[in-house]
Amino acid sequence: MAEPLLSVTGLTKVYRGTPSIVGRLMGRPTLEVKAVSDVSLSVERGEILGLIGESGCGKSTLGRTILRLHEPTRGGIRFDGIDVSSLPPHEMKAMRRRMQIIFQDPYASLNPRRTVADIVGLPLRLHGLARGKAETRDMVAAIIEKVGLKTAHLDRYPHQFSGGQRQRIGIARALVSRPEFIVCDEPVSALDVSIQAQIIELLSDLKRDMGLTYLFISHDISVIGYLSDRVAVMYLGEVVEIGPVQAILERPRHPYTQTLMSAVPKVEAQGGRHRVRLMGDLPSPLDPPSGCKFHTRCPLATDLCRSQSPTSQTLGIGHHASCHRLGEDLNLQEEVTA
Amino acid sequence: MTAPLPGYLLEVAGLRTAFHTRAGAVRAVDGVDVIVRRGECLGVVGESGSGKSVTFASVMGLIRPPGQIEAGTVRFDGQDLRTLSPRQMRAIRGRDIAMTMQDALTALNPALTVGEQISEVLEAHDEGLPRRGPARRRAITDRAVEMLRLVGIPSPTERLRQYPHEFSGGMRQRMMIAIALSSRPKLLIADEPTTALDVTIQAQVLELIADIRAKLGMSVVLITHDLAVVAEHCDRVMVMYAGEVVEEGPTQAVIGDPRHPYTKGLLASIPRPALRGEKIHPITGQVPELINLPEQCRFHSRCPEAGLGCLARIHMQSSGPGRKARCIRLHDGGEAHG
Repeated sequence: MAEPLLSVTGLTKVYRGTPSIVGRLMGRPTLEVKAVSDVSLSVERGEILGLIGESGCGKSTLGRTILRLHEPTRGGIRFDGIDVSSLPPHEMKAMRRRMQIIFQDPYASLNPRRTVADIVGLPLRLHGLARGKAETRDMVAAIIEKVGLKTAHLDRYPHQFSGGQRQRIGIARALVSRPEFIVCDEPVSALDVSIQAQIIELLSDLKRDMGLTYLFISHDISVIGYLSDRVAVMYLGEVVEIGPVQAILERPRHPYTQTLMSAVPKVEAQGGRHRVRLMGDLPSPLDPPSGCKFHTRCPLATDLCRSQSPTSQTLGIGHHASCHRLGEDLNLQEEVTA
Repeated sequence: MTAPLPGYLLEVAGLRTAFHTRAGAVRAVDGVDVIVRRGECLGVVGESGSGKSVTFASVMGLIRPPGQIEAGTVRFDGQDLRTLSPRQMRAIRGRDIAMTMQDALTALNPALTVGEQISEVLEAHDEGLPRRGPARRRAITDRAVEMLRLVGIPSPTERLRQYPHEFSGGMRQRMMIAIALSSRPKLLIADEPTTALDVTIQAQVLELIADIRAKLGMSVVLITHDLAVVAEHCDRVMVMYAGEVVEEGPTQAVIGDPRHPYTKGLLASIPRPALRGEKIHPITGQVPELINLPEQCRFHSRCPEAGLGCLARIHMQSSGPGRKARCIRLHDGGEAHG
């Protein structure tokens, strides 16, 4: 079997906060947040892996750590057979031509003092992909048209564009170096519904035309369900369930995935739907719960869940989840409403 | 002017609100009619700039220069709010009509405890409270605790002494709802109450609003960009586009069988897992600028059904039992591709 384009094993990212001077004198411990905790997953060439979870679950950190925009604390990252996690800086820089990112906020991620031609042309200059100014401009013009903008836009500045158009500029910048792998970090979350649909269409067309592979990060289950081939669900830094999109949407097994699916309002549903109520808020990642991290909000939690963290179990082809009570095959929606 | 029908709590007619800028007058709300019946939940849907928030800020009398309400009547519970003095308006605002804002962190005062902020409302609208003395203070505290309990905030007595930053996003939204409800209003206007929240928390907050609506028998206006939220929670829906209402009617009818091309486009823009592999059909183009708009259908530049007849002022017309839409092609039977 061919090696996946990207595989991540035991990836962990810990942020350490330094206590204040007073805190240090009083011997307070260093604060630690395990934003990404022992994540293993792989992405096949040409597929879209959706990464879903609520704010603070570590999904963006995972995406950025994979590209080494944040340095991993532990764990391995292999891209196309190359161990990316140990590459020295100059080789990593060259690698980034092949691994790119599209950011969520089209207002914050474009330099307001550079023209579109400069912004989109920068990766070409950094990687020495174009010979001379004329060729740079030609390549930039080609990609700008590919993302649905016009060459007349090249000499304008970001503030002259709407949110949707700016997102197109960000996409052009990510694609101009002809990468193979893109981390799409909530690329449509800041956009209005009608513009969101335009960008989703664009991203799927580009993927097909340019043979791209996406790690698509979103909190929106409809978007993930529409686009992805497989879905990974994150909770407090861990992947709690991963599997083919149909399995995750139609028969989610982890209680958190089940809750998430039932919480999404649906246009088709006209009132009166049974919903799994999730108690309380996300616990602080500074002080994560013992055992299974979901136990504080899980309606099925037992003493075992409170003391021991569950290991990943295989539920079907490519379908895995980490939960002590998987064997009982419970459907939370029926459980709770019964 | 005839008296409002007994069933109507709020009746807005011909409302026009404009913002005078150097570039010209931005007609943010241009001839909007709204009806809210007693006890009903009205959903107001639209994208950024559609005028949905400005409409209800105008109802509340919260428009400040350069904004100006230029025309229209706002009848609430038998009174014309636009003829009231600022003092009379203050007595109604917060007591009979309450509004919650999208961004709870900026809407709450960071320097006052939650208890102080709820007490402020109770002090201003103090029917049934002892006139003065410790009995009054006790009564206010008791009622504040009761409100926090009503919105499901655990250990309310301790929480009263805390500041907004000590609460999570979902908790803050609940607090704002608690403050809004503490005067037992007849109408709650909730402006994007869940937009900044995760889906599991969104579900909690929306259920909370529904529960309280049932308990107190109040009317609710739910302003949102999310048609799925409307589908699950609202009796009627009003769709706004570029400062005008383009379609309104019973939720099930409008969402199940949209008549206005914009509503159709909006529904077709929502990515759905069921549509995997199929194309979604986004609305092309963008919302027009609201400065110097010509007298014509505002959606016509983006409309797949537009023809020459659309270049005139279009009025709302009946499109079925209890529903209306602003489109001249309503009765063309759909073969309109001129």
